[in-house]
Amino acid sequence: MNSKKFLAGVLAAAMALSLTACGGGGQTSTPSTSTPDASTGDGSTPVAADGTITIKVGGIGPLTGSTATYGVATHYGAQVAVDEINALDSDIKLELRFEDDTGVNETGVSAYNTLKDWDVDVIYGTTTTGPCVAVAAETYADRYFQLTPSASSPDVTDGKDNVFQMCFTDPNQGLTAANYVADNNLATKVAVIYNNGDAYSTGIAQGFIAQAAERGLEVVTEQTFPADTTTDFNVQLAACRDGGAELVFMPIYYGPASLVLQQANAMGYDPQFFGGDGMDGILAIEGFDTSLAEGLMLLTPFNATAEDERTVTFVASYKALSGSDENPNQFAADGYDCMYAIYEALLNIDNLAEIAAMDPAERHTALCDALIVQFAGEYDDAGNQTAPGISVDGLTGSGMTWQANGEVSKDPMVVVVENGAYVTQ
Amino acid sequence: MTLLGHLITGLSLGSIYAIIALGYTMVYGIAKMLNFAHGDVIMVGAYICFFAVTSFSLPPVVGVLLAMVVCTILGVVIEGLAYKPLRQAPSLAVLITAIGVSYFLQNSAQILWGADYKSFPNFLTVNGQTGVSLFGGQLNVTYTAIVTVLACVVIMLALTFFTSKTKMGKAMRAVSEDKGAAQLMGINVNSTISMTFAIGSALAAVAGVLMCSAYPTLSPTTGSLPGIRAFTAAVFGGIGSIPGALLGGIMLGLVETLTKAYITTSLYDAVVFALLIVVLLVKPSGLLGRYVPEKV
Repeated sequence: MNSKKFLAGVLAAAMALSLTACGGGGQTSTPSTSTPDASTGDGSTPVAADGTITIKVGGIGPLTGSTATYGVATHYGAQVAVDEINALDSDIKLELRFEDDTGVNETGVSAYNTLKDWDVDVIYGTTTTGPCVAVAAETYADRYFQLTPSASSPDVTDGKDNVFQMCFTDPNQGLTAANYVADNNLATKVAVIYNNGDAYSTGIAQGFIAQAAERGLEVVTEQTFPADTTTDFNVQLAACRDGGAELVFMPIYYGPASLVLQQANAMGYDPQFFGGDGMDGILAIEGFDTSLAEGLMLLTPFNATAEDERTVTFVASYKALSGSDENPNQFAADGYDCMYAIYEALLNIDNLAEIAAMDPAERHTALCDALIVQFAGEYDDAGNQTAPGISVDGLTGSGMTWQANGEVSKDPMVVVVENGAYVTQ
Repeated sequence: MTLLGHLITGLSLGSIYAIIALGYTMVYGIAKMLNFAHGDVIMVGAYICFFAVTSFSLPPVVGVLLAMVVCTILGVVIEGLAYKPLRQAPSLAVLITAIGVSYFLQNSAQILWGADYKSFPNFLTVNGQTGVSLFGGQLNVTYTAIVTVLACVVIMLALTFFTSKTKMGKAMRAVSEDKGAAQLMGINVNSTISMTFAIGSALAAVAGVLMCSAYPTLSPTTGSLPGIRAFTAAVFGGIGSIPGALLGGIMLGLVETLTKAYITTSLYDAVVFALLIVVLLVKPSGLLGRYVPEKV
């Protein structure tokens, strides 16, 4: 009896502890919203007495779980943009609410339902591909406009006119990388190491391999591993070395990539390593010997150490908001650009006040249709574009435009690691 | 030469599995339960050592000892709070509790230390070199690999000595043989089981440090997959048997590495587990396990 009571006490204590811990975590990761109180009102209509229109943007992404780094960054990045936009002298204000999907598909749909109950107008997310595909199916059926900062699979936008991407699709990223390698004569013999249990990695690898053949690059070996929990890459690296690869293309995340670099160094193999945007973050790993990454090239849409004014301001605001000294990564920049893209599109909608005055149930449908036209432009029945969509200058590219299938068009950016920092090529 | 390289990789990987498998097999042998939280104790050990060395600038040896102490306490506390009250409960209840403890540790680590990767420092360098180069650079053997294999052998010998010669070791064997009879002979079953957890968890700390030295990414889920593999190794060698854990671990490491090298890099888990099934079909108690008939 005693031991049972004791156990019950311990369990209760553990539960209470985990609850407070979650609460604490949630608070620290929620940026302060600076939306004017007047505009939110009772939530029935987003048009305030003074004519300002507040659009509710519902973000979804992992704030906890193994991909939390991405979701937290994209949340802060978006909040920086929202704070900037709301400080502008404009009638359009944004209100951002961000829900945690823990990187899990089912949780993503639950988060989306929570946002629907909040009368959300536009969906911003989700951060990772799996939940994004699940949520996109729902938003397509319900008619909500959706813009994802970083879910890069073509499956996200496939067959859904309402979903747009801020990042390159996976095959496009691979294609761009192969073109870059060929254009700059980086190598003639290349090897690819990718995670064939991951759609992101496989998508980029296939895009790269197809384009490499097109451009006359010889792919000496294609090496795979089954999951990001893989820790031993000696076999794959030995195959690359034995094949005589001068360049190893690794469209994989920075965690396993750090192991590849370390093991290549241990075996004395030193080719040119080339990564995708998932490699971003490798220099920020605590305890990582950045000299191992010296010379590493990666395709990334954002370089936090760039010196243009907008990046510098963004980095400063991001650090102030997150309360940490860490530089924002590309997910933060993607989030920032998403907010500006949505804002830009909203500015161009002529009858926004009219739409905003509708009931929540009709509002999101009308807004969805209007935003699709703004992003993709207008097409006639024959499929020819009759009016262009918006063009957005952001942190991750200038003059970004969107195709009707939801893909973004922007110039790729390649950085190389020199003395432990990114240098834009 | 390539084959030799693969064999060395497999041997050092297998040694890590063997050390982890020891924890599984000892606890199973004595408490007759599968402690699925064992893999996460490894992760905790690696974190303790990581922070001791990087944040507090302690020497690596102190870091390892500190990790062992913390893990020992953690193991005993887990046993006392989560498993001891369930001593008379059906084994399924204990199994589910162990899975719960495993998630509790993972999520606590995530809250305490964050979800992002930490890169474990490599302690084992001599004059800045991480390994020795043999045959004119054709073969590179890291010091970590050498130390791992040596540590595994030393631990195995020490444990064999402990269980066969010391009083506590004998008590352990007695409890594993027959809990009731051991109690009647005046052996304190509870403290014996606690002792088993203490030893198993201290070994987990060593395994964690060795594993992260060889494969230096550390995250809250670092321990879970090696934990499962080591459990497989323990079953492979015959769960409950200490030499079996060694044999199973080494075999698993070698099979895994050679499969990756010569058959497939993406399906090696399938091959490893298929082999496990074959072994269990032929010898249901594992390679060195004893078959104990159920008495009716």
